[in-house]
Amino acid sequence: MAAVTAHQQKHAAAGMADRAQDAAQDPVRAAAFDAAVAADDRIEPRDWMPEAYRASLVRQMAQHAHSEIIGMQPEANWITRAPSLRRKAILMAKVQDEAGHGLYLYSAAETLGTSREELLDKLHAGRQRYSSIFNYPTLTWADVGAIGWLVDGAAITNQVPLCRCSYGPYARAMVRICKEESFHQRQGYELLLALSRGTPAQHEMAQDAVNRWWWPSLMMFGPPDEASAHSEQSMAWKIKRHSNDELRRRFVDICVPQAEALGLTLPDPDIRWNEELGRHDFGDIDWTEFQEVLKGNGPCNEQRLAQRRTAHQEGAWVRDAAAAYATKHATGRPGSTGTTTQPGEATA
Amino acid sequence: MTAALALGDDALVLSHRLGEWAGHAPVLEEEVALANIALDLLGQARVLLSLVGDEDELAYLREERAFRNVQLVEQPNGDFAHTIARQLFFSVYQHLLYERLAAGDGTFADLAAKAVKEVAYHRDHAEQWTLRLGGGTAESHERMQRGLDALWRFTGELFQPVEGTGVESIGVDWQALRAEWLAAVTDVVERATLTVPTGRQSGAWQAGAGRQGLHTESFGKMIAEMQHLHRSHPGASW
Repeated sequence: MAAVTAHQQKHAAAGMADRAQDAAQDPVRAAAFDAAVAADDRIEPRDWMPEAYRASLVRQMAQHAHSEIIGMQPEANWITRAPSLRRKAILMAKVQDEAGHGLYLYSAAETLGTSREELLDKLHAGRQRYSSIFNYPTLTWADVGAIGWLVDGAAITNQVPLCRCSYGPYARAMVRICKEESFHQRQGYELLLALSRGTPAQHEMAQDAVNRWWWPSLMMFGPPDEASAHSEQSMAWKIKRHSNDELRRRFVDICVPQAEALGLTLPDPDIRWNEELGRHDFGDIDWTEFQEVLKGNGPCNEQRLAQRRTAHQEGAWVRDAAAAYATKHATGRPGSTGTTTQPGEATA
Repeated sequence: MTAALALGDDALVLSHRLGEWAGHAPVLEEEVALANIALDLLGQARVLLSLVGDEDELAYLREERAFRNVQLVEQPNGDFAHTIARQLFFSVYQHLLYERLAAGDGTFADLAAKAVKEVAYHRDHAEQWTLRLGGGTAESHERMQRGLDALWRFTGELFQPVEGTGVESIGVDWQALRAEWLAAVTDVVERATLTVPTGRQSGAWQAGAGRQGLHTESFGKMIAEMQHLHRSHPGASW
């Protein structure tokens, strides 16, 4: 945890320095920004914003977009083996939605002056992260259900407050994404329910998946509040609305009765209702494992990144072809005659 | 055997192949597009197979020799150009066929009327990529030509109604369909500055083999993967 604390201090110091510099350069606009955030107004792409606010949003939105794209892999792993045509259709639609979410989020991030290409390059170079959860393998069909219920459930708990985030394009992307995510989450729950109520072998498969995905799902909320590098500043800027621990507790409270309804247990003997606090107590998270996964030492880190890099590299000739074609036929759409080009459109 | 099974198997098997692209596409927009096409085809397969019996029993419990899809759709994905060539050949065929079925008053009219809208989009997607790859870079041009050449020998089967599948009796003039298909494919291929292959249009055994349940070797592996989990839990519901 020492590394996180050091990082946190460095980040906070850098943030404060940037902030002081921004405010010194443009005190009027800095004051207007602060007032807009305080009044819960939305910050829009053309508005002035502190450089550290911009950098923090790019980091968070890129990581979010990357998570959607890498997150396709563990589920796509089961598309060709889905056990019924109905389930196969649901899974294909879900993986397609995830690619779409990635596209929304890259577009939203681009409003801050970066580009999808640049962000993907950083992902491929290991310079930007994606959610630690996708470094775990999907070993059985039930994992598809556990991901829907727990991973999407944790994502929703995290993301619903982002619909009120201070940065307009991010908030609007999240409204669309959360609608689809809650649909996926219900489908995952329903998949697990079918297994839990199925044959003994299916029930066992469901329980095993929940046992493997429970703790990693709790880790999706990030490090504990006292060790969270970006939390304080993000909350002050209203990028983030609740602390990691607060959201994690909320998630546990939601999951406990759902697990009961599923007829499955959560792999934590310390979960019990705390009458006094009006919430569930639960066991300690293995933060060493979390740090290891973040450092690249999780079960699938190398595999996930390698597949992403390979898809990108092997697709380079396709992207080159599309770009070359667009340059030759400056109106864009293949098959168009090129006679309707408007001035200014001819640069592909 | 019925025509619904033959056409349903075409859609089921091509959908499965396209599903293998998930997470491997050259650009995010193609992740969306290929999954979208796969999903449309799976929807069509489910309706068609349900006309014959239980969709899951038919998909998961038949063995290789009982599938009636054309060999074209079971061909492995290869590179992106190979996939696009397969998609071009099949979606032009499917579009022309479903237009005819939708215009008729047979069993498939309602289904085809809905599906033809989806297939028009698939065809447009395949044609646009054929033009881009053919007219893109030297490398993409060469790869696209290679894809067309490699798959050409599986195209003859599309127009060969085989006795016993019922495809011969669905009220389609197969010779006219073939001529129209060739004209449409030739038009796109030539606009893409590519060459229409001249080799034989018959597959491993003969044209019509897939419709008789004679498939190519990769198909058995494909259905082994597809059916494994379902077969491991006999009688379970999912």
